[in-house]
Amino acid sequence: MSILAYNGGCVVAMRGKDCVAIATDHRFGIQAQTISTDFKKVFHIGPRMFLGLTGLQTDILTVRDRLMFRKNLYETRENREMCPKPFSAMMSSFLYEHRFGPYFIEPVVAGLDPKTMEPFICNMDLIGCPNAPDDFVVAGTCAEQLYGMCETLWKPDLEPDQLFEVIAQSIVNAFDRDAMSGWGATVYIIEKDKITERTLKTRMD
Amino acid sequence: DFSPYESNGGSIVAIAGDDFAVIAADTRLSSGYNIHSRTQSKLFKLSPQTVLGSAGCWADTLSLTGSIKVRMQSYEHTHLRTMTTEAVAQMLSIAMYNRRFFPYYVSNILAGIDNEGKGVVYSYDPIGHCEKATYRAGGTAGTLLQPVLDNQIGHKNMNLEDADKIKLTKERAVSVASDTFISAAERDIYTGDSVLINIITKDGIEVRTLTLRQD
Repeated sequence: MSILAYNGGCVVAMRGKDCVAIATDHRFGIQAQTISTDFKKVFHIGPRMFLGLTGLQTDILTVRDRLMFRKNLYETRENREMCPKPFSAMMSSFLYEHRFGPYFIEPVVAGLDPKTMEPFICNMDLIGCPNAPDDFVVAGTCAEQLYGMCETLWKPDLEPDQLFEVIAQSIVNAFDRDAMSGWGATVYIIEKDKITERTLKTRMD
Repeated sequence: DFSPYESNGGSIVAIAGDDFAVIAADTRLSSGYNIHSRTQSKLFKLSPQTVLGSAGCWADTLSLTGSIKVRMQSYEHTHLRTMTTEAVAQMLSIAMYNRRFFPYYVSNILAGIDNEGKGVVYSYDPIGHCEKATYRAGGTAGTLLQPVLDNQIGHKNMNLEDADKIKLTKERAVSVASDTFISAAERDIYTGDSVLINIITKDGIEVRTLTLRQD
């Protein structure tokens, strides 16, 4: 069995009109056994930037800590906020440094550019190959289900409240067809003047 | 090394309504990165009220549907009546389980009209486990499509009152099935080219086609 599917879990991010959304499930398990149902895989890492990490739980925590260290170093040295684009580039090179002994994670970045307020989403494979499309990105054990849901529900220029509905329905219906993900979900909607966090009640089986 | 199995791809979606059943399948037949055919139907009309959708190893699909057709004809000559959808469903399960340790590598979905005139869908795993359902997706894009059907046909996670649920008409079933295939063709390389849609009612089977992306 793949190490990437050892703990289960999923993350999805979507672009909207002047906003982005990122959602995570709450499950942390060891293969089929659920250990906890309050493990959020999305981290608030900047005023308008979120990092989602799926895969091996120990690597999720390590990569988050190491990326935060590098980001803080950058911000102290440059004396300015790090934008989502350079953060993704940094993460890509960080992951590629471990090309032949990788961290078993699939990252997702979602945020707004601090200067232009342009929405930005990006995901990568475990060795840092970046992908920044203009619609949505998915990661985790129910990636296929998420692709099916997002591909049917998403359309361009969704308003924040519409985007919430689309991303919430996408992640919940996707992980209901995956035994390794689910047990609750959290959705973050990032707009230029506010961030909305909503916790979803879902079926717990 | 020789392998007796091969995946030739393809996806199937079936939806049962009150007095109809819709079953749709794409027409691409592939092997790895090669496309053998862009026009191969994966839907098999077994009787005027029963259609079988079969995807997976194409050789096994042909072998299985061939023997099913023979047994249905034999039934018709013995009992002087056409097999009902329920009877076909049960026979298909047994036919596949007979190959328990060298299975037909196929994902089957059977759609039709039952004894009482209601739409029914049966889905199978490769060794013949049979489940009656109201909607089902199978084949290479089955994992992509099933949650969409859960949401749009099963109204899962919607918290709707019965009155607010969109009624499942023939047109609604066809349009949801079409939309799922358009989505699947975006992400699954084994699904594409076009979709054949069979609408089964007591009056017969209506066939429609939809063109998908060809890449």
